[in-house]
Amino acid sequence: MSNVTEAAANAAEHAGAAAAHGPSAGEYIVHHLTHFNSTGHPQASIIDFSIINVDTLFWSIATGLLTIFILWLAARKATSGVPGRFQGFIELLVEMVADQAKGIIHSDESRKYVAPMALTVFVWVFLMNAMDFLPVDVLPALWQNISGDHHAYMRVVPTADLNATLGMSAGVLLLCLYYNIKIKGAGGWIHELFTAPFGSHPVLYPVNFAMQLIEFAAKTISHGMRLFGNMYAGELVFMLIALMGAAWGASGASGPMLFLGHVLAGSVWAIFHILIVVLQAFIFMMLALVYIGQAHEGH
Amino acid sequence: MNLNATLFAQLIVFFILAWVTMQFVWPPIVKALDERAQKIADGLAAADKAKTDLAHAEKKAVDELKKARESAAELRVGAEKQGTQIVEEARAEAARIVAAAREAAEAEAGVAAQRAREALREQVATLAVAGAEKILRKEINAQAHADLLAQLKSEL
Repeated sequence: MSNVTEAAANAAEHAGAAAAHGPSAGEYIVHHLTHFNSTGHPQASIIDFSIINVDTLFWSIATGLLTIFILWLAARKATSGVPGRFQGFIELLVEMVADQAKGIIHSDESRKYVAPMALTVFVWVFLMNAMDFLPVDVLPALWQNISGDHHAYMRVVPTADLNATLGMSAGVLLLCLYYNIKIKGAGGWIHELFTAPFGSHPVLYPVNFAMQLIEFAAKTISHGMRLFGNMYAGELVFMLIALMGAAWGASGASGPMLFLGHVLAGSVWAIFHILIVVLQAFIFMMLALVYIGQAHEGH
Repeated sequence: MNLNATLFAQLIVFFILAWVTMQFVWPPIVKALDERAQKIADGLAAADKAKTDLAHAEKKAVDELKKARESAAELRVGAEKQGTQIVEEARAEAARIVAAAREAAEAEAGVAAQRAREALREQVATLAVAGAEKILRKEINAQAHADLLAQLKSEL
């Protein structure tokens, strides 16, 4: 991936030199997939914890605040009387999450935190995913005008950034570890780490422990990667469709067909993406509940 | 697809948002939902109770109606009986009055007849005297023959 990033850096420089005739297709895509981070340049190495993605963080906090605001609006007016439509809709979500949590986590005490967490994650991830529905160039172009830098980077879908999704799945991992220790006790959990899943025998201890580590790592990484992969791919397809539309004026006779193709493919993909956006948010929430539920059960 | 410190920032945001929801959003909504569920349960129970009450009341009303009809029928039978009795009594009374009236009339008629007979007797005595006078062509002393006349009167 670092090659791609370097290519992105190069492309950005080339783009600066070749600004007169606009970016090529490759430059357009690479530019759109580069984060606006704390250095102002594309990140060179795969892992660099001195850098922070400002755009991801901004949009994730903005959608997070919107989530809290929407939920708070409903909570503020919550009465046992006849609910309005908005109230009913939020209550529908709450009931859905509460039912799922009740089926998966059999501890009233844990549910007091885990169920609201699941609701937040569902609405928040949905809103972050839904940033994909905005035309791919609107917010980046707006940002380029505001900042005055016409090559400024801006990515608006936080869940298409691996940092955001792995950050959330790491949060779920921490909750899993916390509930493992809370429910089974530190000793009980360590005992489980070495004796499950293959059985209690000194020879099997290292095997068991290795399996447990792999299990936790696999859960967390697949949890974050699944959401990231879906949203990243979705964003990329939107960009490709936008590229197709952008070519309509320059290619003579096939131009109108490209325009039509943009409209058609854009509509179809956006409609299909509604499903993906909701489904991925739901899956992320359900997996968080399932993993935390597993932390409550002994092997 | 690079990893950087955004991961930790997102992790912290995740916990803050979850905490805020737990603190300020979840409890009031769930409380309202539970209260509404309780209200609906109460409402349904009340509706059931009202339904059974209604059934009871209808049954009671039917019973009362039946009872009222029975007592009305009873009353009518009694009234008819009483009416018949009153008519009978009236008829008997009327018959009695008629009989009494007839009796009185008969008695009166008897008295009148008696009186007429008495008057006739007087006149017959006078006629007899006049007749006898004409027959005898002589005056008969009414005083001297009073006994004879009285005897004749009583014989009539």
